[in-house]
Amino acid sequence: MAQGTKLGFYLLLTPLVLWLGLLIIIPHIDMALLSLRERVGVGEYATSLANYRGFFGEPIYMWTFLRTAMMSMLATVVTLIIAFPVSYYIAKIAKGRVQSVLFLLCLVPFWVSELVRTFGWMILLRETGLFSSLLQWTGLADGPVEMLYNDVAMMVGLVYTSMLFMVVPLVTMLESLDDAVIEAGYDLGGSGASVLREIVIPHAMPGIVSGSIVVFMLSLGNYLTPTMLGGKDSLWFTELIYSQFIVRFNWELGAAFGFMLLILSSLIVWVTLRLTGQTLEKTMGS
Amino acid sequence: MIPSIPRPRAVRLIYNAYVALFFFYLALPLAVVAVFAFNDSQFPSLPWEGFTWNWFFGDERPMIGVFHDRSILRSIGTSALVGVCVAGLSVAVGTANAFLFNRYQFRGRSVLYVLMLLPLVIPGIVLGISILVFSSTVANGLWDRVGYDAEILRPGLVLVVLGQFSFVTTITTLVISARLQKFDRTLEEAALNLGADRLTAIRTITLPYLAPALIGAGVVAFLMSFENFNTTLMLVGSDAPLTITMFDRLKEGSTPLLNAVSLLLMVGSSLLALVMIAFQRR
Repeated sequence: MAQGTKLGFYLLLTPLVLWLGLLIIIPHIDMALLSLRERVGVGEYATSLANYRGFFGEPIYMWTFLRTAMMSMLATVVTLIIAFPVSYYIAKIAKGRVQSVLFLLCLVPFWVSELVRTFGWMILLRETGLFSSLLQWTGLADGPVEMLYNDVAMMVGLVYTSMLFMVVPLVTMLESLDDAVIEAGYDLGGSGASVLREIVIPHAMPGIVSGSIVVFMLSLGNYLTPTMLGGKDSLWFTELIYSQFIVRFNWELGAAFGFMLLILSSLIVWVTLRLTGQTLEKTMGS
Repeated sequence: MIPSIPRPRAVRLIYNAYVALFFFYLALPLAVVAVFAFNDSQFPSLPWEGFTWNWFFGDERPMIGVFHDRSILRSIGTSALVGVCVAGLSVAVGTANAFLFNRYQFRGRSVLYVLMLLPLVIPGIVLGISILVFSSTVANGLWDRVGYDAEILRPGLVLVVLGQFSFVTTITTLVISARLQKFDRTLEEAALNLGADRLTAIRTITLPYLAPALIGAGVVAFLMSFENFNTTLMLVGSDAPLTITMFDRLKEGSTPLLNAVSLLLMVGSSLLALVMIAFQRR
């Protein structure tokens, strides 16, 4: 490298290093250290695993943790199942103007805040809401029906909120699949199902993986939807983190919770990438 | 299942119906929010009490419209300020990152690239608390050592901006990199041959070429910042951005005022998105 470009290199490197160092890496190390700290007296601290023992020792924490993980996976699978046919339609069946309009329509709900989307579902599902009124009007129900504050409502909200992040990578991948390859599959005697299984899905795999990872992450880290749509029993792990930090001011335990969430999400992302033979650069970088 | 392969009529009908149903599902909550902004009632629910503009322009109780509600207006201003800061910072750093990864081969490049992607797979709330923890460690350290109270490191707008910047920058880097990769380097070399120095070449050739991506990344960053909830929730101080204010209102019980704000948000972000698309086309 010449002298001039070397200077340029360091000038370009500095913001990247400052950003990643000061806002991502060091804060996470600090959070990990805090989670290993135990308050033994006023202003006195010792290093111990007490916070993690507290986490594993308390069934409600463990239960919430596992439940959040399972529900997020379920939300991911449901989103994938709903989004795949629609993405296929946009990518392969719709043509020209219709195609771009449909694609844009998919993006519209995500230009507005998640809060607005959740609010919309509340108006629809609550006791005095639209669905309840509709049911009474048609005579299917005698009195007001409460459809809010349960797991199904929460699931509807989670799936709705992350739909875009599944549709976009799927459409992108499916569009790059040549029609001729599908035709060849049929010409070689494949049925609809076998063409789907052996040609379409393998080709769309990077899209499926990156969509699933993002949807899973968004569900796992969601706070708004479980709080607003979920019931008393559908406690979400992020709500525990929030209450330790803001309500109880027990930052040590909250940091341990945060770290557990981080480990869980990294682990699941890593396993998914491994199982499907993808890399983070390939799935996220494109 | 592509148009060139014939399918039974029933299958096609069911498929079309499914797609139509999907778009109905997408549109329903937003449509409902928009419609009830005009309901002449204290609650955004049926029965329909008639059409009114009061939730936008009303100036007396019980119907104070958006444009007369001080706290909502103030938090819109706060959100806009935060959004502009986040957009400016993240586009600047994103551009530097894009040039770094595009123009230089160096040891540790691939590690840095993966680290750069990492904020995408860290839950927003964890990003928020880690920055909260670190900034108060620094602030407490300053207080203990030199007796200086670093107000800006306490929860507040500066931390909100930093928290949002920390993950939005990954997005802007990816958007700007994608366009920079398609750039024909020989154009820059031509400028150098014609006697321009490096910076002039970049300023007059490369940056104008990148402009659509820079504007696109800026709009996306602004919208992401404006909408962000999770990270902001952990870092917010006394000046609440709009999403936080609306969340607090929503917990207390909703009036069509929130519908009116939401409708304005929808219109605003659609306009921004249209501007962005117009720029990409040029």
